[in-house]
Amino acid sequence: MNLFTDPRWSEALSHLTDYLGNHVRVSVAALALGLLVSLPLAVFARNHPLMRGALLGLASIVQTVPGLALLALFYPLLLALAAVALVWFGFGFSAFGFLPAVLALALYSMLPVLRNTITGLNGVDAAILEAAQGVGMTPRQSLFMVELPLALPVIMAGIRTSAVWVIGTATLSTPIGQTSLGNYIFAGLQTQNWVFVLFGCLAAAVLALAVDQLLALIETGIRNRSRLRAGLGGIGIAALVAATLVPSLARPPSGYVVGAKTFAEQYVLSALMTQRLQASGLTAATREGLGSNVIFGALTSNDIDVYVDYSGTLWANQLHRTDIKPRQELLAELKTTLAQQNVTLSGELGFENAYALVMPRKRAEELGIHSIPDLASHTATMSIAADYEFFSRPEWAGLRQAYGLSFHAQRQMQPDFMYAAVASGEVDVIAGYTSDGLIAKYDLVVLDDPKHAIPPYDAIVLISPKRAGDQTLRAALQPLLGKIDIATMREANLRAAGGDGASSPDAVARWLWEKISKR
Amino acid sequence: MPTPPLIAFAHVGKSFDDGRVRAVDNVSLEVAAGEFLAIVGGSGSGKTTLLRLANRLIEADTGHITVEGYDVRAVDPVALRRRIGYVFQSGGLFPHFSVAGNIGITPKLQGLPAEEISAAVDELLELVRLDRALYRERFPHELSGGQRQRVGVARALAARPKIVLMDEPFGALDPLTRDALGDDYRALHDKLGLTTVMITHDMTEAILLADRVAVMGSGRLLAQGTPAELSRSGDSYVGELLRTPRRQAERLNVLLPRDGAA
Repeated sequence: MNLFTDPRWSEALSHLTDYLGNHVRVSVAALALGLLVSLPLAVFARNHPLMRGALLGLASIVQTVPGLALLALFYPLLLALAAVALVWFGFGFSAFGFLPAVLALALYSMLPVLRNTITGLNGVDAAILEAAQGVGMTPRQSLFMVELPLALPVIMAGIRTSAVWVIGTATLSTPIGQTSLGNYIFAGLQTQNWVFVLFGCLAAAVLALAVDQLLALIETGIRNRSRLRAGLGGIGIAALVAATLVPSLARPPSGYVVGAKTFAEQYVLSALMTQRLQASGLTAATREGLGSNVIFGALTSNDIDVYVDYSGTLWANQLHRTDIKPRQELLAELKTTLAQQNVTLSGELGFENAYALVMPRKRAEELGIHSIPDLASHTATMSIAADYEFFSRPEWAGLRQAYGLSFHAQRQMQPDFMYAAVASGEVDVIAGYTSDGLIAKYDLVVLDDPKHAIPPYDAIVLISPKRAGDQTLRAALQPLLGKIDIATMREANLRAAGGDGASSPDAVARWLWEKISKR
Repeated sequence: MPTPPLIAFAHVGKSFDDGRVRAVDNVSLEVAAGEFLAIVGGSGSGKTTLLRLANRLIEADTGHITVEGYDVRAVDPVALRRRIGYVFQSGGLFPHFSVAGNIGITPKLQGLPAEEISAAVDELLELVRLDRALYRERFPHELSGGQRQRVGVARALAARPKIVLMDEPFGALDPLTRDALGDDYRALHDKLGLTTVMITHDMTEAILLADRVAVMGSGRLLAQGTPAELSRSGDSYVGELLRTPRRQAERLNVLLPRDGAA
């Protein structure tokens, strides 16, 4: 298939107004907020060396925090603030999506603006300042009529740097629930859809360049005292914002929001649920790429209506339980506990996506390893790889304790690359996912866990408090419950990792429905 | 009874760097209405500091300064500066304002209507002999040094002040421009009935333009008076300052034939 006739391009294009619009809105709001705070601060701090040092130092520290971490930090912070606001003032706000993204990005935008404004103002010729005073200007008149206009080119350069940073970093706001061009990148990375990754990067780069050039036009306009140029630049920025606002205002508010975490199976399942809701005549949209720490909170605060989680994940992360119960008991207890938070566990899909220790079949047979106890005696010379969170999860501690595992080395990896790494002998064992299609593809084997150290991870459908009594929603999703067995899910996941036109979550979801609807 | 002085310094002192540098040391000096006073001194003599004390660009540590009969400390410094014209060393023009914008700034700060300012700008351009059509909308970087200083003078006169303070206004100009501009300004001073205090390091310029000359050195006032009075001063530095132009004039008389080209 030709690169340019790949149907994924047109699929990517169909999301563009939504993703780009949200991206522009969050970037512009963050930049505006950043400017609103930084400019007065810089003006005030320019003649106070102590405050100037403190401000620039603080802004530099913020800059060293990785963008993803900064954005992720704002979610729990706002969640706590929202809870406080609810108690003290009787109203809450959504700590999800737009607000944390704007705040974090605004903070991120401050350094170049602060630094350039202070430098620009301090760089104005002392003789000119004295002349301003001499002709009878008040300090305020001197600031607005002389100092700021003369420092403007330097200030504008700072604003341009800051705009490019914000637009680039805004792609990282996807995991905290803000739709952005990052949706392409996160979805693309998880489903091995390089067309999406490329499309997202290109779109963000083009947007950053366009905004930078418009700001440059304003800057040269002001520098050369050309109202035409400055005006054109201003109109360009305003038009960009307006263009992204119009389609979203014209669009009717989408009814149901289906959430998805950041891996391929979740993209497929959310696409499947969205298709089912639409087939029942409901309006529905997906909110993809949400961090697993964010998504449950988003459900309880009604920012999303429905998503698929896994019993063991909730057991450990939301209920903070370390004990392990038999499958049915755990599900029952989970259901009652979630009900106390008004979250409905509507049912199981039929498969489990548990963590499991996985190794190549050939190697396992050579060493006579069938289960984790067999593995224990070999671990001293073996290395293990897992995703970014596994080694800090209670399951890992439980596994090590139960079987006395002590690996020679442990490595963290992007989940997509783990399977290839273990297949090629790069590492000896991985903590894989039981529903992953790559297990079959690479001829790997899942080691038995006779002591049940790893809790069950049934895929379950959760419904938000707002939709608790919504029978239409329940009915639309009912045909999925209990229908997806592990083999079918593995095949679906393998298809989603296919890297061709048929591998988009929508296409795989259609295939999946085709397969299970006959049952 | 003589008219009271328009500007009076009485035992004025000012030091910088926590008293380590005494820029102005116990200076008493009066400027009568309509007078053209030149303050002469080398760099570091305190002459510029003394000038800036008069419109409170700098605040005095000790002594009293009165302008038009009022202690400057009792009046709003911004209003004081708008009432006094000030010509800066190399123009001090705002690079982002046109010639008209620069000249009209003080009336604009005072809130005068735009048409009135515009008419005043035209009149002032004529006064400093700059072609209105050619220069009105130009920016400072498009002007020569002499033209810039003419704009600086026009700006100082825009709010129709009685007093004009000039800080080495013609120092950076070539001799011909400098001479022409000096003469033009002196004519304006007489025509408009101004009271002018001009700082210069050039005794020749001071003698040729001013009614009275004050000589400063190391922050102190060494002598003051008409050129004739100065020449009777016993101060050796003053004597040295006066000898130079006289010697130059004598040598020029010898070297330049009287019936030459000029």
